[in-house]
Amino acid sequence: METATPISTAVTKATLSPWQLFWQRLKRRRIAMFGGVILIVLYLVALFAGFIAPYSYQRMDNNGFFHPPTWPRLKGFHLVVPRYEELPGAYHYRALRNDTKLIHFFVRGDEYKLFGLIPATIHLFGTGDANYPVYLLGADQFGRDEFSRLLYGSQISLSIGIIGILLSFSFGMIIGGISGYFSGWTDSFIMRFCELIMSIPALYLIISLRATFPPGMSSAQVYLMIVIILSFIGWASMARVIRGMALSLREQQFVLAARALGQRHLKIIVRHVLPNTFSYVIVAATLSVPYYILGEVVLSFLGVGIQEPNASWGNMLTAAQNTEYLRNFPWLLAPGAAIFITVLAFNFLGDGLRDAADTKSL
Amino acid sequence: MNLLEIKKLKMDFGKNADALRAVDGVSLTIGAGETVCLVGESGCGKTVTALSIARLVPSPPANYVGGEILLNGQDVLKMSNSQLREIRGGVVSYVFQEPGASLNPVFRIGNQIRESLKLHRPEKATNEEVIRLLRLVGIPAPESRIKNYPFEMSGGMQQRVMIAMALASEPKLLVADEPTTALDVTIQAQILELLHGLKQRLGMAILLITHNLGIVGDMADRVAVMYAGQIVELSPAKELLRRPLHPYTKALMASVPKLGRATRGEATDEPAHEDARTTRLQAIPGNVPRIGNFPPGCRFAPRCPIARPECSQKIPELVEVEPDRFVRCPFWKNE
Repeated sequence: METATPISTAVTKATLSPWQLFWQRLKRRRIAMFGGVILIVLYLVALFAGFIAPYSYQRMDNNGFFHPPTWPRLKGFHLVVPRYEELPGAYHYRALRNDTKLIHFFVRGDEYKLFGLIPATIHLFGTGDANYPVYLLGADQFGRDEFSRLLYGSQISLSIGIIGILLSFSFGMIIGGISGYFSGWTDSFIMRFCELIMSIPALYLIISLRATFPPGMSSAQVYLMIVIILSFIGWASMARVIRGMALSLREQQFVLAARALGQRHLKIIVRHVLPNTFSYVIVAATLSVPYYILGEVVLSFLGVGIQEPNASWGNMLTAAQNTEYLRNFPWLLAPGAAIFITVLAFNFLGDGLRDAADTKSL
Repeated sequence: MNLLEIKKLKMDFGKNADALRAVDGVSLTIGAGETVCLVGESGCGKTVTALSIARLVPSPPANYVGGEILLNGQDVLKMSNSQLREIRGGVVSYVFQEPGASLNPVFRIGNQIRESLKLHRPEKATNEEVIRLLRLVGIPAPESRIKNYPFEMSGGMQQRVMIAMALASEPKLLVADEPTTALDVTIQAQILELLHGLKQRLGMAILLITHNLGIVGDMADRVAVMYAGQIVELSPAKELLRRPLHPYTKALMASVPKLGRATRGEATDEPAHEDARTTRLQAIPGNVPRIGNFPPGCRFAPRCPIARPECSQKIPELVEVEPDRFVRCPFWKNE
């Protein structure tokens, strides 16, 4: 085939894609990277929770109600934990300095399933002796290891944010995209519906929806329903923002060009309108993950979320409701600290992403 | 049978009392392989007429109140949505004014061209075909260019990509809506040359919309001059350029600078320098009347140098005054 005269013969060097530029700008934001690293660590720990946790989330130690945190000490070249002796009275313990036991790595312990699939018994560390427990963050009112439960709880609390975002954002984007792209009465109808949902106080809606659950649901089902409820509240505000962006994007010439090619409306929305909102969506998603984490916390704290003996940060905090407990056993607040760190890390990362997505901020 | 026959097309924006007539009785035919130029100032209905060919004006607000648009003998105004999707791209493709805005900024250009292929020639939606198309429109090193994002290309290159996208579906008619307006002059010439070459090689018809009479002579077989929603002159290009008949066409021609006819301050380096050959570039006084606010009678009358009182009485008809030459002015013989 004969070709038209090329207008120049220079071949450009491979330039950076928009994502690479985005990454470069993000890398320059220290706090955002710090938040990102913390999140990566948290999610890795959640992934390997069964392995890292020395105990199972439901193992109760009848001699260890409100056991204080046991911090390993260095003895020679080994880490050791002391045995604790229960004193008479209201759960007072005393460490026996001379009665210690070595901490081993990769010890056999409670059974768990790695990634929820592979049965395993090897734990990262432990003493292998029930009389010498390693409770890094103490134990709760049933003598369950707070640290292990924190790790198991992170699986629920951290994943609920991601799954919730995926659900509500994909729903919100499609609804908002349709609303803004078609505009007219479709738009009015959808937007009024969104406002209806947004006008109901979220907490009441959550609790009343929760009340519709049939009794005797398995914990996995409850978990799923909570995600769905939280997403059901969350999509409306997303849809509104996306709708606004779609309203302006639909007037863009590339949308007309796609229509002139004979493309279908829905494909234009999915292929041409929505991808142009991604830089906003990624930022918004990062900044709204904490909302889902806190939502689960609130639900579980009120006793309508994840049910015992399963651990989540929310239902672990339920134990910290009691001021008496809090005064005497402050380690019960550990899940609060975990929530604090996670939410802060998400906000740091989200702020950085927003700056990096804003091309004018170079 | 002509490829495209627009017959007395009337289109309003809005309905009933709010209706604003944007296209008023436009008739235009384009034969297979023919190039027709649609010329006129901004806001006189060129783009709306052209977009109507594939029903691309969103309706509402657009409201077709009369006439028909026959594409391959089928009335576009009566087509279902799925039929329309077939002809969009399949029979008529579009190239728009702003190449940068016509390409989706977040997709690589190869993917965008492949989208066009997938819609109309799915069996050919391959990298090789995309590369062939890019080579066809004169993009150097197309193998590496398919991975580019639109913002990595110059305006001229982007317009070439747009043309490749439009050609991918092998249309019978290419509508180019001011394809060179956003480009600088040297690139304009290249793009026009490209369109001209492609037309001859692929045998497709072109409807070229422009407000620049300067590019008409190189490209067009016939020219339709539009003013305020109506065609005021329709004529073979060479004759129109040599001897425009309608006063509006004459005024348009006088407002185009020409090489060899030096205009003051335009083609000479010394603005103060004047000699016998220096004539002032003529602007048309006034503006195109706003849609819905057209003057009675001949719409050009308020700006027309030869207007008479009776011009404002009745809208003149488009009359064939010479073979193949139509003029909407009864006083076209007057100088």
